[in-house]
Amino acid sequence: MPGPIQSIERAAAVLRLLSAARGGLGVVEVAHALGLAKTTAHGILRTLVDVGFVVQDEHGDYRAGPGLSDLARPRLVADDLRSLATNWADSLAARTGESVRLAVLAEGRALVVHHVFRPDDSAQELQTGQSLPAHACALGKVLLASRGPHRMPRRLPGYTARTLTDPAALRRALAEVRAQGWALDVEEHLPGRATVAAPVRDVGGLVVAAVGVDGAVDDLVDTRGRPRAGYVPAVRSAARSISRQLGARDERARG
Amino acid sequence: MRIDGPRADQQGYVVAVDQGTTSTRCILFDHAGRLVAVAQREHRQHYPRPGWVEHDAAEIWRAVARLVPEAMAQVDATPADVVAIGIANQRETTVAWDRRTGEPVGRAVVWQDTRTAALVADMAAAGGADRYADVCGLPLATYFSAPRMRWMLENVPGLRARAETGDVLFGTIDSWLVWNLTGGPDGGRHVTDVTNASRTMLLDLRTLDWSPELLAEFGVPRAALPEVRSSAEVYGTARAVVPGARIAAALGDQQAALFGQTCFSPGEAKCTYGTGAFLLLHTGTEITRSTHGLLTTVAHRTGDGPASYALEGSIAVTGALVQWLRDNLGLITTAPEVETLARTVEDNGGCYFVPAFSGLFAPHWRAEARGLIVGLTSFVTKGHIARAVLEATAWQTREVVEAMDADSGLRASTLRVDGGMTSNNLLMQTVADVLDAPVVRPMVSETVSLGAAYSAGLAVGFWSGTDALRRRWHRAAQWEPAMDPAERERGWADWQEAVRRTFGWVRS
Repeated sequence: MPGPIQSIERAAAVLRLLSAARGGLGVVEVAHALGLAKTTAHGILRTLVDVGFVVQDEHGDYRAGPGLSDLARPRLVADDLRSLATNWADSLAARTGESVRLAVLAEGRALVVHHVFRPDDSAQELQTGQSLPAHACALGKVLLASRGPHRMPRRLPGYTARTLTDPAALRRALAEVRAQGWALDVEEHLPGRATVAAPVRDVGGLVVAAVGVDGAVDDLVDTRGRPRAGYVPAVRSAARSISRQLGARDERARG
Repeated sequence: MRIDGPRADQQGYVVAVDQGTTSTRCILFDHAGRLVAVAQREHRQHYPRPGWVEHDAAEIWRAVARLVPEAMAQVDATPADVVAIGIANQRETTVAWDRRTGEPVGRAVVWQDTRTAALVADMAAAGGADRYADVCGLPLATYFSAPRMRWMLENVPGLRARAETGDVLFGTIDSWLVWNLTGGPDGGRHVTDVTNASRTMLLDLRTLDWSPELLAEFGVPRAALPEVRSSAEVYGTARAVVPGARIAAALGDQQAALFGQTCFSPGEAKCTYGTGAFLLLHTGTEITRSTHGLLTTVAHRTGDGPASYALEGSIAVTGALVQWLRDNLGLITTAPEVETLARTVEDNGGCYFVPAFSGLFAPHWRAEARGLIVGLTSFVTKGHIARAVLEATAWQTREVVEAMDADSGLRASTLRVDGGMTSNNLLMQTVADVLDAPVVRPMVSETVSLGAAYSAGLAVGFWSGTDALRRRWHRAAQWEPAMDPAERERGWADWQEAVRRTFGWVRS
């Protein structure tokens, strides 16, 4: 076990100092207040600016930045997510002609926080608030894949003959989801239905939700059970757009 | 799923600019009417005195100039890909600027601003609030542009002389943006569309041009006013931001939303939930007068065709109340969290919140009313207040729906809704509950932008006609009423009592 790391202690002291200051502070003031060499103080301040915890004002003085208060903020609530995702969920439904759902992980299940009807004007009911078995749908598999390894029961509940009930098989499937950046379910939850989903990431790159389409098996997948052309790119593109709305960066590079 | 590419004449995008009260959005739509890119930026609200609300028009123009390229970059669009630009804007907000420098004269005076209250009261005392309604369809109120123009002309030193020579131009935000897009001081076109003009109190609804009588009443020199054009026609070519693109539509935001909801026929109605809420009912090419506190307004005009009209129920404060809860009380950190907070309780706990912050608009038109929270007991928590905030929007919707019913005899079987607050499920359910009618959200909830895009696209032939647009309307969500009728009527009676208690608060 190594001892305290001096540079982290110093960075923390700089942040405390800036947070307590009424206005901005210059490098010399920071160095003087903490008994640091000016070059050391400057190096710490530049690094903190780079990570977004400190900003430089118009006079060149340093202040505590918005990145710091973001740390203390609670995570996105489902109602925020829905509000930020609406435009792109609508677009995905219009593009694919299928219904769209956005889900978050809640108590091990995929909780639907937003639902857009299939755009055929048929009678449909809002599914917002429903919770789905995570291991048996694409939305849930995307969410489970983003979690680290965790304990599973010896056998998972089955809904159809195709549900992955063996934890080892599910783990392999989740590894594949992580690698390819999207998930598929063909009749694993409901007979005759298939779903495709992709991860939505927040400003820090964490997966906070999954967005996906839900349709008839024959519409979504070919005779060999692979998604028909267009669905996966459409779902991933919607997921990236929602992530961008949440402030995620490098969205093109990520799944 | 269609994966084949669009035909050559269906390629490209319509750029919609939605210049709203708190933010500006630029949205790109493709030929299928699908939203493909969005860029958004908030602008500053200036409150220099109680009741005063101002915007910096230069800041708004800078936002538009940044957002359009930003949205285009999201889909790698070049100016050649832009088939047309359509503008939808916050209505009634008034700006004056110098024709030579392009500099705004002071800040834009926003529709919520009540500085003209005394002036409006004086004019109403001399002939009644409805003295001009026969010509312009509107009652005298601080809401509209003409009293603001008169206030500016009387209070800004030297402005009247410069306006009379046309050295200073007046306009609503559409005029300001089109003028800047088409070259600004260097040949910019000074135009407005009939829907925006119909919110000034200066437009004669029958002639669709400035009324000489009303110009004289408000002392507004015609030389300073824009030319009134239709809502869908090419006003000019952009010389800034997207050089060469045709500017082919301008509409007041609420008329744009009516168009975006494809309400093209008499009896079709929509309600948009934003800062305020606005229910518009299409009444055809005949002018319908209200006897229940609704406004008569122009719905749309395409090219040289006849204008269509609408009845409007305007609610001043809906989403703004949620923002107030966030910014002034700090009960929530984001607007959507009001739903999270409201769901911590089962009902309003007996608490009602009437947000008469700028008086009450439709159907009451009480400038002297002020907001109140009533029914407080030690039982009431912030959750109950959040409920009361959402219910205020629902009950106010019912007030205008009932007025619309009484005026038109048309009771819509379902209410078409749009706007940012439609992502609030609890609110939409509550609206369905108190109206006792299903509430339907369309696939594109950005109907303001969509309406501007549809109007511009029609003007340049990108879409063949309104039937083609109707086919693009799809239902994205529907909420069914599920409230006990006795509970509904009890709440309705309580709400009406709460509203009565806001009247007469400001005593002159």
